[in-house]
Amino acid sequence: MIQIKELHKSYRMGSNSLHVLKGINLDIKEGEFVSIMGSSGSGKSTLLNIIGMLDEADKGSYVLDNVPIKNLSEKKAAIYRNKFLGFIFQSFNLINYKDAAENVALPLYYQGISRKIRKEKALYYLEKVGLADWAHHLPSELSGGQKQRVAIARALASEPKVLLADEPTGALDTKTSYEVMNFLQGINDEGKTILVVTHEEDIANMTKRIVMLKDGVIEKDSFVEQVRASEHV
Amino acid sequence: MKFIFTRDTWQEIFGTIRKNKLRTAITIIGVFWGILLFVGLQGAAKGMENGFDSTFKDLATNSMFLWSEQTGMPYGGYNRNRRVNLEVSDTYRIANQVEGVQFVAPRNAKGVFGDAPPLVINEVKSGNYKVFGDYPIIDKVSRKKLRKGRFLNHKDIQDSHKICVIGERIEKELFEKDEDPIGQYIKISNIYFQVVGVYKRNNTDFFEGDDSIFIPFTTFKKVYNTGNRIGWMLIAGYPKEDIVAIEEKAKTLLKRRYTVHPNDERAFRAFNFGEMFGKITGFVKGLKFTALIVGIATILAGVIAIGNILLITVKERTKEIGIRRALGAKPNEIRGQIILESVFLTLVAGLLGMTVGGLLLQALNTYTKGLDFPFINPTVSLEYIGFAIAIMVILGTLIGLIPAQRAVSIRPIEALREE
Repeated sequence: MIQIKELHKSYRMGSNSLHVLKGINLDIKEGEFVSIMGSSGSGKSTLLNIIGMLDEADKGSYVLDNVPIKNLSEKKAAIYRNKFLGFIFQSFNLINYKDAAENVALPLYYQGISRKIRKEKALYYLEKVGLADWAHHLPSELSGGQKQRVAIARALASEPKVLLADEPTGALDTKTSYEVMNFLQGINDEGKTILVVTHEEDIANMTKRIVMLKDGVIEKDSFVEQVRASEHV
Repeated sequence: MKFIFTRDTWQEIFGTIRKNKLRTAITIIGVFWGILLFVGLQGAAKGMENGFDSTFKDLATNSMFLWSEQTGMPYGGYNRNRRVNLEVSDTYRIANQVEGVQFVAPRNAKGVFGDAPPLVINEVKSGNYKVFGDYPIIDKVSRKKLRKGRFLNHKDIQDSHKICVIGERIEKELFEKDEDPIGQYIKISNIYFQVVGVYKRNNTDFFEGDDSIFIPFTTFKKVYNTGNRIGWMLIAGYPKEDIVAIEEKAKTLLKRRYTVHPNDERAFRAFNFGEMFGKITGFVKGLKFTALIVGIATILAGVIAIGNILLITVKERTKEIGIRRALGAKPNEIRGQIILESVFLTLVAGLLGMTVGGLLLQALNTYTKGLDFPFINPTVSLEYIGFAIAIMVILGTLIGLIPAQRAVSIRPIEALREE
């Protein structure tokens, strides 16, 4: 699903440049549940942003679902993002003046799907994350865990190939974190490819493969025995 | 372009606008105010114009009164302060020798310039009223609104008929309420005159009011023994002629005839309606032009205010725009949404301003109706409205482009990072 070869990325910070990614090689197959770990500054978020087409690599190749991602125009990147990827953020990033259902329906709006189907799909995915009753509540009326579940529903709504989660449990307490991981595991069980960036070991252990990043290179890449979140909820 | 007409685009825009009410309200106040001022000023200027038009509609505006006074300079062996008297024959001279003159009418009056108004008696009732000796042609310059009967005619002049046209107030004061004055006789300066007409007060009376009596010029001459002397004359130019030039020529002619110094400004005086009217027309034109400039400037300021607030909004909404782009919004969709928001707000504000401006003008019209103020039917022409709308849409788009461009130039990754 994702093939990354010799990926380099550096940021200019004033006069000196910061080499963040120093040759990343990563191959992720369909249906995998991968966590990218590392201390802050290890380059894990940068890698996720490049995979998410929010940022561009300086060197190296990145192929997503057999489509080479290279020199994309903003328009093309927007279309690919919409078609291939679902985002889950640490700070949820819901639009605060839209209710839960409208937030979930937003990526569908940009796909040009009709209003009626958007509504149906939004409700379907909210149901899936157990928030059907909260469809018409604004984000400010939801708890952190509920907000993240709305965000997961939104990421799923566009039926992406890959789910990208950037510290999805970073702003949540342990119990809620496990609830969210439980959802992600359920989605993965249905065959969706998921990539999670985290620095929490227990969260990483709930995925199937851990990629350790350190100073811009992959230090360790191993498949692990998955801990089911449901056992802890 | 298609996205302008899809329901979804508008639902997005309405959603954004509805959920940010305060921001929207502040945004539209600028343009609302601009258009309100534009419509208000244009309408007021038009109302003034209409008001003046109505005031002068009963007056041949290309005309003047001309009279003589004492000379101001010694000339040709005469001392200064010599009294010059105009004569009937002068009217023919001016009519024949000055180019562009349509007609000249001599006038005499009693009780106008300081002398005592003659006593007028109807049986037991009496009063003192101004009396004018006139030619029928005076009616062409300062139109009399006759309520009853007729005005003077040529036959009255020819035969020096002892007839008169009286003002409304005289009718009220000298006759009983249910009495018809037409055909009755009243005594003016001890001579009986038959009343043939009653006139109503006019907007543009200069001396007559509603308490004057008009008698034929020839009769006046006999009754008051004025000989060839005339009080003043009325000179009317053809509609397109320069009345100020006619005034100069007429004065020059008279100066030569009465041996008055060419530079003497005191011997002959004129009250030039054309000149006055020209000044008023110029004033109204200036007013309209100023209103236009001020209106456009305020609209401009309003539109800039909208752009300003949208720009702040974009900064405030950076994160939202970042989210939208992460979810797959194309740059053009973001751009389009912001421009449409700008145009839509401008238009709503503009239409609101026009409506309120219109109501305001209507209220003003009702308020000034009873007052003695030249203000009638303040309207703004459709061209101006269309022009204002066009300006608003064009400027709304242009001003919307700035924040829109800013919105898409922020990379989604940076926008999302902003906390």
